[in-house]
Amino acid sequence: MEAFTTHTGIGVPLRRSNVDTDQIIPAVYLKRVTKTGFDDGLFNAWRTNDPDFVLNRPAYAKGSVLVAGPDFGTGSSREHAVWALRDYGFKAVLSSRFADIFRGNAGKQGLVAGVLSEDDLEQLWKILEEAPGTEVTIDLENRQAHAGEAGAVFRFDVDDYTRWRLMEGLDDIGLTLRHEQDITDFEATRPGWMPKTLPARTMDTV
Amino acid sequence: MAGTLAEKVWADHVVRRGENGEPDLLYIDLQLLHEVTSPQAFDGLREEGRTPRRLDQQLATEDHNTPTIDIDKPIADITSRTQIDTLRRNAEEFGVRIHSLGDLDQGIVHVVGPQLGLTMPGITVVCGDSHTSTHGAFGALAFGIGTSEVEHVLATQTLSLNPFKTMAITVDGALKPGVTAKDIILAVIAKIGTGGGSGYVLEYRGEAIRTLSMEGRMTICNMSIEAGARAGMIAPDETTFEYVQGRPHAPRGADWDAAVEHWRTLRSADDATFDAEVHIDADELEPFVTWGTNPGQGLPLSASVPAPEDFTDDNARVAAENALEYMDLVPGTPLKDVKVDTVFMGSCTNGRIEDLRAFASVLEGRQKHPDVRVLVVPGSARVRIQAEQEGLDKVFLGFGAEWRQAGCSMCLGMNPDQLAPGERAASTSNRNFEGRQGKGGRTHLVSPVVAAATAVRGTLSSPSDLGAASAPSDLQPVA
Ligand code: SF4
Repeated sequence: MEAFTTHTGIGVPLRRSNVDTDQIIPAVYLKRVTKTGFDDGLFNAWRTNDPDFVLNRPAYAKGSVLVAGPDFGTGSSREHAVWALRDYGFKAVLSSRFADIFRGNAGKQGLVAGVLSEDDLEQLWKILEEAPGTEVTIDLENRQAHAGEAGAVFRFDVDDYTRWRLMEGLDDIGLTLRHEQDITDFEATRPGWMPKTLPARTMDTV
Repeated sequence: MAGTLAEKVWADHVVRRGENGEPDLLYIDLQLLHEVTSPQAFDGLREEGRTPRRLDQQLATEDHNTPTIDIDKPIADITSRTQIDTLRRNAEEFGVRIHSLGDLDQGIVHVVGPQLGLTMPGITVVCGDSHTSTHGAFGALAFGIGTSEVEHVLATQTLSLNPFKTMAITVDGALKPGVTAKDIILAVIAKIGTGGGSGYVLEYRGEAIRTLSMEGRMTICNMSIEAGARAGMIAPDETTFEYVQGRPHAPRGADWDAAVEHWRTLRSADDATFDAEVHIDADELEPFVTWGTNPGQGLPLSASVPAPEDFTDDNARVAAENALEYMDLVPGTPLKDVKVDTVFMGSCTNGRIEDLRAFASVLEGRQKHPDVRVLVVPGSARVRIQAEQEGLDKVFLGFGAEWRQAGCSMCLGMNPDQLAPGERAASTSNRNFEGRQGKGGRTHLVSPVVAAATAVRGTLSSPSDLGAASAPSDLQPVA
């Protein structure tokens, strides 16, 4: 996972609340067997049926900072929701409230999920709507989002632990592998008769 | 050593104690893989340029999607075929041992692990499947995990986890004839509810548990998840050792002695305290059957379909109302009058050799009810072979049942073995959720002997409802 310090990219105002994971990516995409390439599934219903949907507007199409309404990521706990956002190119989602599971999944996959106050959310939406294509800079170290000509600054919340992990670029596995020596030491204490699948053995007789 | 069995096994596997509320890093001895929950885990490894840490602690088999007929032909369903092809490719690329369709050791993950002697007392076992709790029957700490955890175990052979709470479920007394392990666990779930075990490892103890075979114990631990539990466990004893000994991957010689010496210490201390305790009297149990759409909605077979008003709790009443509508059941109908279209004998709950023997012992010398379709699906290719060596296949075929190849089959209907909308099944599997066995299908969970008696009478029945068989049986009925 790449380490995250700052990121600058086009801000996308998604003026909707209660965007659940089924809206982020419909269930049919769950049949896939890969962990990448979910960009086409992102907000699939809106992108296909609603020409005015924000990502269908050229100025926002290359966006990488999503600014969404409250209760983003509710519903079933599918990790695919985060994969779809990430594969589309989003590096951060700002909202005034996230579903817990979504926020947990985001942190594990390197996507910043920052919590803004409702007033700031409204202001940020205004900036992004008045000047489509405005870039937002996410400064994770200082937990700040900078946007617009006037240099508006918004504070967002990310818990210390997640922030540290994102800044170190540590996914769950990377985090565990920091203790690789402990694992190796533990393995050295395991009795020899513990189960081993290799070399493969099978019944002598059928 | 003090503590419960689960706590001991946990303590034996802590690589690193979590500080300040952080989770413990727990070592995983054995990971089982199948085609549905592993593809993204392997893809994740590939993406990060990682490799499995311990290939000798991974085992893959194909089960959820596999067809049970024409297994030499290409799989028709595209999603199923893609998942299976992907597993095969991943196994080859990463060097994971795999038992593919047609292989002698192929079968449902939870049947294959114990059968190969890989499932042992005191180990930790994980799989991207909730019924991993099955392996707890050996005194292993075994639980289901999600796909990103599968990847985590592949890469590190560990998981970060907070300790589970423990619940003792004591089943005292002796089972009446015709009452089986399946009836015990259905009664337990009916008693504590589908959320009653939430956050707990259940430890089953007491005389009735001790007298069960390993197959029976696996049936019970298998369904721990249906009570919401993380895992189920039974302390290992002579029955366990006897089952493991001589299996392909079981320890041998001096290793065997060392292993057994350790395994004998794996029991909850007499003064261990559990976070919760439940008691059940085995003598009072009867054959059990579910009437609703979750495994907790069960009753003795001699009872009648309940009415929503029977439930004082609001949620339970609404759930009953919905379930009765979906199941198309009228309150007050004796359960024994409920007509069944299909009998499914199989799954990781009841697809082992002893289950097939029990099923056959009831069928022998009897006729199938003409309106019932009977599907017998062994849990693994080995179970199938053994059943044929014992002549059980002839009993099934002579009775008019279909005798299939190994896999999950109609347990979840990911392959073509499905109920048609509105069809009703007596099933030896573990989940009676809406649509689980096929869209619109209706499921009654039962034991193998109840499934068999139902196939004879055409309505939910127990062997005691049947007249004498026409020919004396030389198969031993199994309690
Ligand atoms: S038999 Fe059923 S419960 Fe068991 S692993 Fe297969 S699908 Fe899951």
